[in-house]
Amino acid sequence: MENIQMTARRDFLKASAAVGGGLTLGMYLPLGAKVAEAQAKTNSPNAWVKIGTDNSITIMCARSEMGQDVYTSMPMLVAEELEVDINKIKVEFAPPAEVYINSLLGGQLTGGSTAVRDAWEKLRKAGASARMMLVGAAAKEWGVDAGQCKAANGTISGPGGKKTTYGAVAEAAAKMEVPKDVPLKPAKEFKIVGNKAQKRLDTPMKVAGTATFGIDVRVPNMLYAAVAMPPMIGGKVQSFDDSRAKNMPGVKAVVQYSRGVAVVAESYWQAKKAKDLLLITWDEGPNANNDMVKVWAGLKDASNQPGAVFREAGDADGAIAGAAKVYEATYELPHLSHSPMEPQNTVADVRADGATIITPTQFQQLVPFVVAGATGLKPEQITVITTFLGGGFGRRVEVDYTIDAAEISKAVGAPVKMVWSREDDMTHDSYRPGGYYKVQMGVDGGGKLVGYRYHGTSPSISSRLFPSIVKDGIDPFAVEAIDNFPYAVPNHKLTYQMHDTGITPGYWRGVSHNLNAYVVEGFIDEVAHAVGKDPIQFRIDNLDYTEEKHKWSGLSAGVAVGGRLKKVLEMVREKSGWGKKYPEGRGQGVAVMEGYNTCLACVAEVSVTKNYDVIVDKVTYAIDAGQLIHPDQAKAQVESCTIFGQSACMYGEITVKNGGVEQTNFDGYRVVRMNEAPKAMDIHWLESNNTPGGLGEPATALVQAAIGNAIFAATGIRVRKMPFTPENIKGSMKA
Amino acid sequence: MMISFNLNGKQASADVAPDTPLLWVLRDTLGMTGTKFGCGKALCGACTVHLNGNAVRSCQTPIGSVAGQKVTTIEGLPANHAVKKAWIALDVPQCGYCQPGQMMQAAALVAQNKKPSDADIDAWMSGNICRCGTYPRIRAAIKDAARMA
Repeated sequence: MENIQMTARRDFLKASAAVGGGLTLGMYLPLGAKVAEAQAKTNSPNAWVKIGTDNSITIMCARSEMGQDVYTSMPMLVAEELEVDINKIKVEFAPPAEVYINSLLGGQLTGGSTAVRDAWEKLRKAGASARMMLVGAAAKEWGVDAGQCKAANGTISGPGGKKTTYGAVAEAAAKMEVPKDVPLKPAKEFKIVGNKAQKRLDTPMKVAGTATFGIDVRVPNMLYAAVAMPPMIGGKVQSFDDSRAKNMPGVKAVVQYSRGVAVVAESYWQAKKAKDLLLITWDEGPNANNDMVKVWAGLKDASNQPGAVFREAGDADGAIAGAAKVYEATYELPHLSHSPMEPQNTVADVRADGATIITPTQFQQLVPFVVAGATGLKPEQITVITTFLGGGFGRRVEVDYTIDAAEISKAVGAPVKMVWSREDDMTHDSYRPGGYYKVQMGVDGGGKLVGYRYHGTSPSISSRLFPSIVKDGIDPFAVEAIDNFPYAVPNHKLTYQMHDTGITPGYWRGVSHNLNAYVVEGFIDEVAHAVGKDPIQFRIDNLDYTEEKHKWSGLSAGVAVGGRLKKVLEMVREKSGWGKKYPEGRGQGVAVMEGYNTCLACVAEVSVTKNYDVIVDKVTYAIDAGQLIHPDQAKAQVESCTIFGQSACMYGEITVKNGGVEQTNFDGYRVVRMNEAPKAMDIHWLESNNTPGGLGEPATALVQAAIGNAIFAATGIRVRKMPFTPENIKGSMKA
Repeated sequence: MMISFNLNGKQASADVAPDTPLLWVLRDTLGMTGTKFGCGKALCGACTVHLNGNAVRSCQTPIGSVAGQKVTTIEGLPANHAVKKAWIALDVPQCGYCQPGQMMQAAALVAQNKKPSDADIDAWMSGNICRCGTYPRIRAAIKDAARMA
């Protein structure tokens, strides 16, 4: 695990990324050697805390707020040790800087459910260090020992009734030496961390309608751009006729840029109307004839390759050949769109002497480098301002749209707000890759699991974005939730075969957990039923209770966590009322997983109508995520993951025809709506002071498996092809 | 063409083509960016505003049809409105992008239904998409708001 993280870190820094429209930028972020230093510097109070002479306290938020609550939970960590009122501070999004690098990812990047995990110690230390310097400055001024002074609520009190404020000593504090030894409060003294009543700091402005998302940014003399991009993945502009478009009212310019044609006008609507009048001939590129027949034939064909072994013990094939009973199955999982509610957009102001890029991004650190590549400016000439993100889900790890906006701004010599339509967004996404999975389990005469084969075939996201973390044919972001296969089977062989489908793959909330957890937990459920065991008890009986180290899942616990998984299974069994008898068409399904060092068990309760429509009646979770920072929003993340995962497994499917994505808007790409959301959600936490685990993603994957297993319980139909549409359920009947 | 209408209780006017959607007049011409663009086809509800008290999709409402009428946006929904209070009390928003549309849709419901059932809420709110999955909290907040309203 350590190796992976180190390698991942190097690669995020040396991002040899193919970004946007086939434009390949060989980039080197000149920070590699400075990572260790940057982590040490993290304790500098100036990077995280700004204290005004007016006693205003500003805490920097170095992660992107896309709904997951970093705007509140990150400052809570600082404020806990800084001893300030969390509800009176200001929060500012941090600019790209070394000190803000996410140690778990090696870049200033929001993703991988790492924000809290990375910040847990770092931000409390930053707060404590700042407090110690403030107290030290006051003590020095008073000529007393710092140990005689106490900080609370932004004020410092000393012997003999001395009192001062943070604001009054801030300037002196900034000149104090940064403390080397920064002790932290024990958990039982937490006042802010873990406070169940804490409110989100961004709610008031989001309710007022005043929170600024990228699409809301307005700068002086700004023009608006609407764009036309190739309808087929990998296409390019061959030629275009703008004779009608350029004469439309308000139009200032029509410009070709790397991946399309932009109409720039005084307002978005003028730009959009004119854009619709462009006549463009496309060079259709290498995927021009791609369609789903080819995609699936390609995946199935590739799955006949042996693949790369990422985990092996004993002789799996031999054990299966000699087993009393062998169960096997294949699973087909579709490509998915991110579709955040805010379509991609960026305000770019590219000038001769520099550029300002204001954008909703998950990866602000990468923006100066790609914009430099696109404009000829130097990275240090580029200022990046991160706004609120109207959803991210991994889509905004990609910086393609910032390049587009910069090119357009440069071409017209003015600040430009480029706004994608929903159609642009859905057809120019990077998609959760589909996959084809083959699994086998051998069981001996006594019902013991003796041999397990797992062979996954799917596109490799990292091969496109961060190729050097791909080693020996294995993409660590393709084997999550399977590298840490949680069951003890003495003979096992787990393999991965990468295969490009011609549909651009991207990191999508939960990444490969979504693929592998469904297969692992769906198949173990099949085996449990086949051997006539209760699915929860069967899992508990077969969990891996060793402390075996796992090699590839860089963001997971890194070791077998059978004991923790057993606890959440037992808790969910109790809380869900497991084992209830249901009428035909109704049932409960269970799934369990460790991801991002969080252990979760989920029981879904579904009804399946005569027409094979699935209704999710209730979802119950038991979760061990260690210490919760902001409990109400930890819960909100599980609610969010549940519905995101439900959208995926019930409706989600991106298809291509003639090389282009067929779904263009929310009519063709269905997502869960109010009437389809689970009727009840019941979320339980294992009390813990352990280091926090990630929560922004894992339930997304898990709930899909639980729903699939519940459909089986309700109908006796094992659906191995997602999404769970009536067509796919009916199509699975005989199997 | 100059078109005038009542926006949040004040006179507003815009010199734009009459087929321009109200959404873009609000956002680009008048700088009222609380109303969001989500799909452009009345499929997601992010752009919901009130036209004479009724919830409408501003992306499908040509400004020409709004002349002389009364438009209320999220900025014009009073801070002490039951919906805003309930949304704050339950910390409904996550990314928050769809929430102005959700709240305007919800405000139109609680104005006419003091005790909406789950089925009422499903029927009334199913045109508004939230990708963060805040539906359970929206449902609870609507019930609270209806009680307060």
